[in-house]
Amino acid sequence: MPGITRAQELVYELKIEDVMTREVITVPPQISMTELREILREHRISGVPVLENGVLVGIISIEDLIKALAAGEMGATVEKKMTRDPVFLYADEPVVMAVNRFRRPGFGRFPVVDNGKNLIGILTRGDIIEGLLKKLEVEYHEEEIRHYRASHIFEDIVSDCTSLILRYNIVARDLEHAGEASSNIKLVLTRLEIPRQHVRRVAIATYEAEMNIVLHADEGGEIVAEVQPRQIVIRVTDTGPGIADIEQAMQPGFSTASRWMRELGFGAGMGLSNIQSCVDEMRLESPPGTGTFLEAVIYLNREGEK
Amino acid sequence: MTLEELCRQIPLEVRTAARKLGAEVTGGYASDLLSCVMAKAQEGNVWVTLQSHPNIVAVASLLNLAGIIITEGIVPGAATVEKAEQEGIPILMTELATFTVVGRLFECGVPGVD
Repeated sequence: MPGITRAQELVYELKIEDVMTREVITVPPQISMTELREILREHRISGVPVLENGVLVGIISIEDLIKALAAGEMGATVEKKMTRDPVFLYADEPVVMAVNRFRRPGFGRFPVVDNGKNLIGILTRGDIIEGLLKKLEVEYHEEEIRHYRASHIFEDIVSDCTSLILRYNIVARDLEHAGEASSNIKLVLTRLEIPRQHVRRVAIATYEAEMNIVLHADEGGEIVAEVQPRQIVIRVTDTGPGIADIEQAMQPGFSTASRWMRELGFGAGMGLSNIQSCVDEMRLESPPGTGTFLEAVIYLNREGEK
Repeated sequence: MTLEELCRQIPLEVRTAARKLGAEVTGGYASDLLSCVMAKAQEGNVWVTLQSHPNIVAVASLLNLAGIIITEGIVPGAATVEKAEQEGIPILMTELATFTVVGRLFECGVPGVD
């Protein structure tokens, strides 16, 4: 996808709680700056939230410590030197919120709170980078494995003609899930590394066939996509009302869709002619009283064009 | 031109998949008939429509469209929004009529598909 990287997407997808450090070292407001120095040194950290009776009241960093040292005020309490009412982040905000906050100078870390404003973590730039890298690594491995498995099926299985059969049940009138079978077929073909132009043609043909079943076949039906090394065969069956006049049904603009279907943008009368224009072979049968059978073939030639 | 720039120029309100606005828009297509969109719209196109039901997301996703602009102030329902987030399809909203939106897209240099 041009113009946007996966890392950029991830800062919207990942939540702050996914990348923050959960074990937070905190200090009470009453300790001295000298004691604070020991705590920072012991844990090798450069700043800590200040908690009073479990409530976040401030944040204090190594910079405050240096200032106190220069002013000869190491005996002062943390309460006197801390930043009060610190800017904090909510755990369920997307990471991009934190990225934007870190753009402003002067912020090295943010306390992270839950919706009850209880401190549950702390976030530095380092946490964000580490979180993004981990997620990218996991995704990269998962997709690599899926791709490898899928694209090597035909090499690993020895037969005179190996094919992969994808079978989908289509539920009538279920507009909520209509289009999912074609979406899944598209996903599988992409993982199989079928060229994009071919995938597009299969997606259009199966979508139109799927919508025909959803809208017109009262009992639903089935879509089978058979992926062979040199072609993809799509077989669609339903036990619906059938097609009275196939020649007429093939005409662009002819439709038997009801009014509610048309209001939703279906029933343009383009479905069957769309299928025909993007497949290499098409056969449509509808003997009276037995439903409809459609078979379409897409050749996997190099160009991808029909 | 990217979707993000179009959102500023037209202007459009982003409803879903804000993370996908960086994509370069390859062209535009306007229709409320889904099969016409399936037949004509090309990868990376922005689609202008009055339809707002969940199936528009399936159409956009199958064709790898850059996004959907829903016109005339129509607000997509929860099912559409959820599906669009899942599939990563930006839905952009406007009070403007389809004709006006298409005109402004043209002014922004977004070509038609024919």
